[in-house]
Amino acid sequence: MVAPLLSLRGISKRYGEVRANQAVDLDVAPRSIHAILGENGAGKSTLMKLIYGVETPDSGEMLWEGAPLALASPSAARRRGIGMVFQHFSLFETLTVIENIRLVVPGRTRTLVTRIRELGAEFGLEVDPYAHIHQLSVGERQRVEIIRCLMTDPKLLILDEPTSVLPPQSVSRLFDTLQRLRDGGVSVLFISHKLEEIRAICDHATILRAGQVTGHVDPREHDAHDLARMMIGRDMPEPPPKASAKPGETRLELIGLTYAPDDPFAMPLKNLALTLKAGEILGIAGISGNGQAELSELISGEIRLPLEQREQVQMMGEPVGHLGAADRRNLGFSFVPEDRLGRGAVQGMSLARNSLLTAHPLGLVRHGLIAMAQAADFTRRCIADHDVRTSGVEAEASGLSGGNLQKFIVGREMMLAPKLFFLAQPTWGVDIGAATTIRQKLVALRNQGVAILVISEEIDELFDICDRIQVLSQGRLSPSLEARRTRPEDIGRYMIGAGTPT
Amino acid sequence: MSAALIWPRLVKRERPSLSIKILAPLVALMAATLINLLLYLIMGKNPVAVFHAMLLEPFISFASFSEVLLKTGPLLLIAEGLAIGYRAKVFNIGAEGQFIMGAIFASALPVWYPMATGQWIWPTMLLAGAIGGAMWAGITAFWRVRLRANEILVSLMLSLVATQVLNYLLLGPWKDPNGFNFPQSVMFQYDAMVPLLIPGTRVNASLLIALALALAAYVFMQKSFMGYKLEVGGLAPRAAGYAGFSEGRAIWLSLLIGGFAAGLAGAAEVAGPIGQLQRSISTGYGYAAIIVAYLGGLHPIGILFSSVLMAAIYIGGDNALVSADLPIAAVRVFQGSLLLSYLVALAFVRYRLVFARSASGGAS
Repeated sequence: MVAPLLSLRGISKRYGEVRANQAVDLDVAPRSIHAILGENGAGKSTLMKLIYGVETPDSGEMLWEGAPLALASPSAARRRGIGMVFQHFSLFETLTVIENIRLVVPGRTRTLVTRIRELGAEFGLEVDPYAHIHQLSVGERQRVEIIRCLMTDPKLLILDEPTSVLPPQSVSRLFDTLQRLRDGGVSVLFISHKLEEIRAICDHATILRAGQVTGHVDPREHDAHDLARMMIGRDMPEPPPKASAKPGETRLELIGLTYAPDDPFAMPLKNLALTLKAGEILGIAGISGNGQAELSELISGEIRLPLEQREQVQMMGEPVGHLGAADRRNLGFSFVPEDRLGRGAVQGMSLARNSLLTAHPLGLVRHGLIAMAQAADFTRRCIADHDVRTSGVEAEASGLSGGNLQKFIVGREMMLAPKLFFLAQPTWGVDIGAATTIRQKLVALRNQGVAILVISEEIDELFDICDRIQVLSQGRLSPSLEARRTRPEDIGRYMIGAGTPT
Repeated sequence: MSAALIWPRLVKRERPSLSIKILAPLVALMAATLINLLLYLIMGKNPVAVFHAMLLEPFISFASFSEVLLKTGPLLLIAEGLAIGYRAKVFNIGAEGQFIMGAIFASALPVWYPMATGQWIWPTMLLAGAIGGAMWAGITAFWRVRLRANEILVSLMLSLVATQVLNYLLLGPWKDPNGFNFPQSVMFQYDAMVPLLIPGTRVNASLLIALALALAAYVFMQKSFMGYKLEVGGLAPRAAGYAGFSEGRAIWLSLLIGGFAAGLAGAAEVAGPIGQLQRSISTGYGYAAIIVAYLGGLHPIGILFSSVLMAAIYIGGDNALVSADLPIAAVRVFQGSLLLSYLVALAFVRYRLVFARSASGGAS
C-alpha cells in the first residue's frame, strides 16, 4: 500500500452529551475517490468539519503526508491543500462567477478567467466566467464551487453529499469530473448515503454508524445490501406495499396557479395545474429552489392570494386561495412543512404545548383556556404511536433530534385525521428506519382514502409511494406522470426543464 | 508561537434553570446598587446615608411604604400590559403617551361636568381613561398592520404628541379659569376621586384593580389559548403563520391591551393622588414600566415584585434627595443602570462562560 495522503488516528469529538465521533481511524490514499458512508446523524459531517479545520478534535491525531496536522481554521486547511464543497453552496447570487471566485482567490481577472477556462476544459467543468450566479442551474453552481476549490491546487477535495442537489443526468457528468480529478492527482472524499453511487465511482469506503467506524471496504466488492447492513446495523427495511389505486372525489386542485413574489430571489410560479383525488398519493419531484417553498406556502395558506385569484386553489371542492392557514385546516387539511424547528414546531416550548399548535381543535382548548391534561394526553399518544424517542411530554422541541421531531410533527398532523394531507420533504434528515415508517404510514392513509401530496427531492422515495408524479422546475409544473410507467430519467428530463439555461 | 490566551467564550445553555432566572434580577439589583453607591462616593456623598434613605427607608417607615404602594399601582398596571405585548415581540415603547391619553380622557368628565355627583363618576372615568389609552395605542397598531411601520418608533413618537395635546388642553380650553393662569385643570369633585383604601394614606382602590388585573394577566398569559397564540407569534413567527394564527390580530391585541392598562393607570393617577389634570401627571411611569416588565422576566408574578422594587426606588430617590442631598437625576441613573445590569445578567441566563484554551496558531 502506498503511504496515505491523510491519516486519522483515534479522532473523537463530543458536543455536550452527544459523541459525534468516537475513535475514528481513516486513511485516504493519494489518487483515490474515498467514500464516507453513513446515515444522517452518523457523524459524517462532524468528521469532515474536523478535517477541514472548522472544528478541532477533542482527542486523537491527524497526519497529512506523514506529518502531524493541526488546523485552526478552514483557511489553514486550504493552505495545506484541503478544499471542501459544502452541500449548501456559499455563492453570492447577485455576483458573477469571476467575482465570486476573486473574493477568495488572489490574482488579476484576466489570468483567473484563463485559469477557469483551462480547469473547465480539463475536468469537464465548463461554465461562463461572466455569468451571474442566479442565472445558473444547480449543477453549474456546483461546478463553480468545485472550480473555486481547484484554483488553490488542492491535494484533497471534500464533497458533502454532492449528488443530493443534482438531477440524475448531471450526476454522471459530476462523476466524470471526479474521475478526471483523481487521474489528475487529486484525492476526493465523497460523502453520501446513496449506495449505488458509491459503488459506481469510489475506490474505498469508510462506513460510519453512531459516530464509530463499522467498516473499511472496497465498495465494488460488496452489494448494496451489505453496505446498507453495515450502515444501519440491520437489513434494509422493506418498501411499503402498494394496493391499486381507487381514486375518489377531488380533494385538491390547482387551476392555473400563478404567483409573483415580492422577494426578487423567490421563484415565481407560472400557471400550475394539478388534481389530487381521495385515495391517491401525488408526488412533486424537483430540486428545492425551483418554487417548492413558494408552492408549499401557497397550498398551506401561509401565503394568501388576492380574492380575485381564489379559484386558483381549490380544496374539497371549495375555492380557498384567499383563505388563511387556519381556515384551510378547518376544511380537513393538514400539513408537515419542510422546516421543523421554528415552523412545524416552536423551539422553546414543550412537546405538549407544541401539540396545541395545530391540534387545538381536538378538545385541547376549553372555554378559551388550555386544557393541559388533554394536551398532555394527546402528546403521550402521539409519542407512543409514532415512536418518538424523547424523555416525555415536557421535553422541549429543540431538544429532539431532527428525525424524532419530524416523527412528532408527522404524527401530530396524522392524528388530526386529515382528508387532504400535504408533506414537504417528509424525510429530509430522517434516518432510513424512520423514513420507511413514515412512508408506510402514508401508504396506509392513502389506502384509507386520504388524499396525499408529497413534495420531495428524493426520486426513489417518490417512486416508492406515489401513484403519480409531477415535476416542479423553474416555477413550472410538468404534466402528471404515472409512477409505474415512468423511469427516473424521464423525471430527470423535466427537472432540467426546457426553460433552464445550460 | 505566541502564548495561548485564555479568553472566555459564551456558550449557549441547553435550558436555563428556573433558579438562575430568579437569581438574575437579584444579582442585577445588587450590581446596580454597588455601581450607584460607588458613583455617590465619587460625588462625595455619604454612601451609607444614601443606601439607608434609598433602599431601607421605603420599607421601614410606614409613611414611606404607603407611598411605595401608591406608586406600585400604575407601574404594576402598565408593566403587566406591556409584558403581554413584549412576549409577542410587539414592542410598545409608548406607554407614557397612552398613560397621558388615559389621564386626559378620564379628566374630560370632571372638567366638563364639575358639578356632577354620584359614585358612578370615578369608575366611568377609569373606563374612559382605559379606552383613551387603548385608542392611542390603536393608532400604532393601525400603522404597523397597514404599512408595517415600526411600532417602536410610532409609539414612542406618539408619546411626544400626547404631551403636546396635554399642554394644549392645559394652556387653552381646559385651563382652570380661577387657577391664576397655572397650566392645570380645575380640582376634581369628591365623587371623581377613587376611594381610599388605607385611611390616613393616599393609597386608593386602584391598587386593588391593579392586583386583580395582574391576576387576569397571569391567567391570560399562562393559561389561555389567546395568550398561547401571542407567545407562539413572539417565539416563532413562522410557526404562527404555519398554524394560521393571525399576525395582525396579535399586533392589535398586544397594543390594545398595553394601551388599555396604561390608560387605566393614567386615569387612576388624575382620579387619585393628583386630583386634577396637570403637566406633571407622570414621572416617567410609562418608561419605568418597561424596565419593570423586563426585570420581572415578562412574567405576571415576577412583575408583581419588580413593580414594588421600582416604586421603592422612586420613593427612596425622593428620600435621598432630601436627606442625602442627591441630585434629582439620581433616580433615573439608578433605573438605567438597573436595566443595563439586568440585560447583562440576562445574557448569562442564556449563555454560560467557558474558559477554554483557544487553538494555538492562527486563531485570534
